[in-house]
Amino acid sequence: MIKLTFRTDFCKGCGLCVDVCPKKILRIAPDTINKKGHHPAEITEMDKCIGCASCATMCPDCIIKIEKE
Amino acid sequence: MSEKVLMKGNEAIAEAAIIAGCRHYFGYPITPQTEIAAYMAKRMPKIGGTFLQAESEIAAINMVYGASAAGMRVMTSSSSPGISLKSEGISYIAGSDLPAVIVNAQRGGPGLGGIQPSQSDYFQATRGGGHGDYHMIVLTPASVQEMAELTIKAFDLADKYRMPVMILADGTIGQMMEPVSFDFKLNDAPEKPWATTGTKMQREHNVVNSLFLKPADLEVENMKRFERYEIVKENEPMYEEYMTEDADIVLAAFGIAARVCKNAIKKARREGIKVGLIRPITVWPFPTKPFEKIAETCKAIISVELSMGQLIEDVRLASGGKVPVTLCNRVGGMIPEPEEILEEIHKIANGGK
Amino acid sequence: MVIFDKPKALLDVPLHYCPGCTHGIIHRLVAEVIDELEIEGKTVGIAPVGCAVMAYDYFSCDMIEAAHGRAPAVATGVKRANPENIVFTYQGDGDLASIGTAEIVHAAARNENITVIFVNNAIYGMTGGQMAPTSLVGQVTQTSPYGRDPKLCGYPVKICEMLSPLEGPEYLERVAVNSVVNVRRAKKAIKKAFENQLNNKGFSLVEVISSCPTNWGMTPQNALKWIDDNMIPYYPLGVYKDRSENAEV
Repeated sequence: MIKLTFRTDFCKGCGLCVDVCPKKILRIAPDTINKKGHHPAEITEMDKCIGCASCATMCPDCIIKIEKE
Repeated sequence: MSEKVLMKGNEAIAEAAIIAGCRHYFGYPITPQTEIAAYMAKRMPKIGGTFLQAESEIAAINMVYGASAAGMRVMTSSSSPGISLKSEGISYIAGSDLPAVIVNAQRGGPGLGGIQPSQSDYFQATRGGGHGDYHMIVLTPASVQEMAELTIKAFDLADKYRMPVMILADGTIGQMMEPVSFDFKLNDAPEKPWATTGTKMQREHNVVNSLFLKPADLEVENMKRFERYEIVKENEPMYEEYMTEDADIVLAAFGIAARVCKNAIKKARREGIKVGLIRPITVWPFPTKPFEKIAETCKAIISVELSMGQLIEDVRLASGGKVPVTLCNRVGGMIPEPEEILEEIHKIANGGK
Repeated sequence: MVIFDKPKALLDVPLHYCPGCTHGIIHRLVAEVIDELEIEGKTVGIAPVGCAVMAYDYFSCDMIEAAHGRAPAVATGVKRANPENIVFTYQGDGDLASIGTAEIVHAAARNENITVIFVNNAIYGMTGGQMAPTSLVGQVTQTSPYGRDPKLCGYPVKICEMLSPLEGPEYLERVAVNSVVNVRRAKKAIKKAFENQLNNKGFSLVEVISSCPTNWGMTPQNALKWIDDNMIPYYPLGVYKDRSENAEV
């Protein structure tokens, strides 16, 4: 079971993680705005995550933490 | 080494720096200071120190910046055109509150100028030289012995006040040979908890930096630095008074010019003209007090300098307009003969005729 | 079990870089390497002038801010003072390949035992998008509004190619951070550049092709593609010099 957590307030909504996700389960949250005024990244279907860390590898702001339970 | 040894002024600086604990020297060749680099190149490898000939004066001063940030007693030396190149780095050193010792064996300018002695970098040295509000402590040796003494003092002052110190010498004192004693009482360099030597995972990271993008922060940094400068101005002015007790005419001169003045004074005294000398040893902070005092009793001051009139501005400020201050100068690498100074003394003694 | 997290050598503060700017990835790779080699306590970083000017606020090791282009000279001073420190510079293309060419060439020529991270994004970012020494022919910037014209301002400078004929440097490699695969390769190169210093091998420089979506005027995604289409053909990735045994150059 993979768990992804986002340091949402550090996200600038660049979407590089969204693009690179092989399972297409990340998106830029259309209805949320963080402290910096960006729409942050979020995961839509956690159970489909394979923990490949592609998103975290491409994240320029180090906001993604990946854990395996 | 308590007995005296015969040495060139530039070599005396280099040996004194080593005695003061300087183990890192970065430089670039330029006449007339190259003996310092040559001496360091010979000595440093023998005592576990670093001599490095940099690719430019700009690189050399930035190596000084790095080694100083790393907590070391460090020095560079150059001559006028090279000091202009180093001025960027000196501003960063001052703006980052780092100690460093910089030697300027002045030569004639502007531009490439010449290679003969000069004092025309006085403004550059005493007003900072680079960009921004800052000062260096500026020491002006007038003998080979003082080259050594003031070098030792330069390292102590740099560490004490965390600021750059310049030894403002000239080609003559750098090249002349005189007996010099290296029997000094030494002070240990203070602890430097701010140095970037690695956190060893035992403290927050140290940052050596002169960038403050918030105007209020930058203002505070500048104000704090100038509070420190006030302490320097209070504690550190150095000068020599020579035959000023009864003097009607007072010469103001530093470095090599002051030595010529002493000869002129002896000649004048033999003629019955009461002449004295105030020789600033620090030109920043400028020793204002002796000039304030002498302006109450003397009739005139003559600023004797190897420039088109730079020292004279500080002399005028310090004497507060109470007595006339005139200029007696040679430039371009020329040094006045005692007779030329005597001629100026005669002119003043005869009421300016 | 944690598979991925922010490296400890990066402080827990937001980076000031524009959305999608890959400076952040390169910062993270450097920090990951510092963590993995367990050298944070003895590392001293030198920040440049340019977009990464505030890198001293991001790395948890001791940091020094250098004047524009002078980081290799400052690093030399630090390393000569305390050879047990691990010293790295982090410099952009204006800093390293324009105003700082003398310093980088001579640090390389001396085989100074330091690690240089050279971020090439073909533009001056901090000052708002002017032509860099590495801007491509035809590239439109604020100061090459009709595209970089080689007749007027010459050709882009290839730093790895330029330094590789020198006897001095130990290791020169060009990498990119525009894809997962390239980021992983970049990490390997950066790690090697630090290991070389730990093993007293000498000067190591990793040129990292990076993006500037803001000043290139494109989305972060298109900027990564632009690296593939335009930057890498002119700046081929790979090892340009490696003196270590079994090295493939």
